[in-house]
Amino acid sequence: MTISNLSVLVVDENKIRAAIIEAGLREAGYEQVHVIGETLGLARHIEQVSPDVIVIDLENPNRDLLESMFQLSRTVKRPIAMFVDQSDQSSIEAAVGAGVSAYIVDGLTKERVKPILDMAISRFNAFARMSRELQEARDELAGRRVIDKAKAILMKAKNINEDEAYRLLRKTAMNQNRKIADIAQSLVTAENLMNEK
Amino acid sequence: MDRVRAGFIPLTDAAILIAAHEKGFAEEAGITLELAREISWANIRDRMAVGHFEIAHMLAPMPVAAAIGLSPVPVEILAPMALGLGGNAVTASTKLYELLCENGYDDSLNPETAGKALAVLIEKRRARNLPDLVFGVVHPYSSHNYDLRYWLAACGIDPEKDLQIVVLPPSFMSDALVQGNIDGYCVGEPWNTASVAAGTGVILTTKSRLWQSSPEKVLGVSKRFAITNPELLDRIICSLVSAAIWCADPENHAELASILAGPQYLDQPVEVILPALSGNIAVTNRQLIKDPDFFTTFARAANFPWRSHALWYYSQMVRWGQASFSKENVGRAAASFAPDIFRRAAARMEIPVPAANSKVEGALTIASAVGAGKNTLYLGPDGFFDGALFDPDKVEDYIRSQSGIE
Repeated sequence: MTISNLSVLVVDENKIRAAIIEAGLREAGYEQVHVIGETLGLARHIEQVSPDVIVIDLENPNRDLLESMFQLSRTVKRPIAMFVDQSDQSSIEAAVGAGVSAYIVDGLTKERVKPILDMAISRFNAFARMSRELQEARDELAGRRVIDKAKAILMKAKNINEDEAYRLLRKTAMNQNRKIADIAQSLVTAENLMNEK
Repeated sequence: MDRVRAGFIPLTDAAILIAAHEKGFAEEAGITLELAREISWANIRDRMAVGHFEIAHMLAPMPVAAAIGLSPVPVEILAPMALGLGGNAVTASTKLYELLCENGYDDSLNPETAGKALAVLIEKRRARNLPDLVFGVVHPYSSHNYDLRYWLAACGIDPEKDLQIVVLPPSFMSDALVQGNIDGYCVGEPWNTASVAAGTGVILTTKSRLWQSSPEKVLGVSKRFAITNPELLDRIICSLVSAAIWCADPENHAELASILAGPQYLDQPVEVILPALSGNIAVTNRQLIKDPDFFTTFARAANFPWRSHALWYYSQMVRWGQASFSKENVGRAAASFAPDIFRRAAARMEIPVPAANSKVEGALTIASAVGAGKNTLYLGPDGFFDGALFDPDKVEDYIRSQSGIE
């Protein structure tokens, strides 16, 4: 079996992340890649796809079901699956840290599967980083909006210009050792309270 | 303050761990207990293996499975404490319940009566070429799986041939029942009461009826952590025993239910959590039972990790083809439960502790006083519903005596 006809199943409810993993696998030359998003009916999907490797995110409630399929299959003499490589503690740590797990169908050597897990780990980490950055950007944008509101409040109340209003916010933030956005938020909250009828 | 990280699954029987944090017992013992809610038992195991958790809420058979090499990830786990006795039940869909009533079930919750009706029904379905009934459990190495199989087998139903047992996450059980994907399940609370409350399921029998005073969840501890931090582990155990005593007091049940209902814990309505704690359980939408033994957090040595419990699980792993029998495995299984550590920790408290590490399960037909240092301790009754005994010194004989059903 060459790399390209190894069948890989990606189980992930997060559609964007699943797409990133799928793209990574295809770039690496894996042609048979299946993605399952929904959590119901996983067992049926696995029987249909009959994958050699399964990549699943750790937030998925189906991991116990997945492991039970391999465990039960022991009695019907089907190949046993296992976590990537029992002896490779650092791989396990990296996988759990990244929030991903992988299972292989017995008979495959770890050398053939390790690239899949390594790719999944790095893409999971990249996705987490991207989500974090996106959140930070959102927070920053929200902060900027609230600062604009606070500036407007100060300009009106104190009859000062925009630069002076910003300097006042910045000075207060520095004196109180807080973020400008926090000071601005306090001011906006106070203003809302004052205007409540 | 010592930082201790603990994983848990959102179930009513995580009560002791959650109460230890919420009611300040951990803090009093100088411990900052950080609870992490997990979505699968596999995650709990893996995160303990890589050192994210020092301790965790675990299915009692998990340390046994890890000790005999059934775990897909290498991890050494000790169970130095049990997190209570009982706590799960067998629930049937309302449709299956009606069929059972037509075949002799009498609302008694008696496992024998319910099992007989199920056996008759399965026979009739087979004659008409109807598909197998399907029952759900949450994990292959769980009390739910072994309790369910024990019950079925003792009623003459072969769980491998006469019906199908599938694994599903606990929170999926209710929906799967409604959609007809499964006909019944054995799972911990609140997932039995949840189906009764929704009008979609009926509790057929309880774990306390299948096997009185039987184990369910344990405190799983990373062996590495247990060996390097004995003093801290003793404090952890004492704080959890204090929490267990608090959880056992009926005056605290309403407060405990409202704590467990919180969004960071079970995230379920108080009404579906309280019944397992109080023992006032609605088994159908018109029948209420009083079952004070449904879930025991402290009484009758509920926190003591009996080696006979570990060995019973091992016997069932062999019985159902999950493990092979060997004398070495018997030793490994027994050693995964650590009554000596519990005894060492409990010496700091005024609580009675059994002097023995094992007991013959099923030998106590009534609550019996046993010597436990200067205190008296009541144990049992601890019988299986079919009257069979499990002698932990004769595991091989026990397995042989059960092999007829396979």
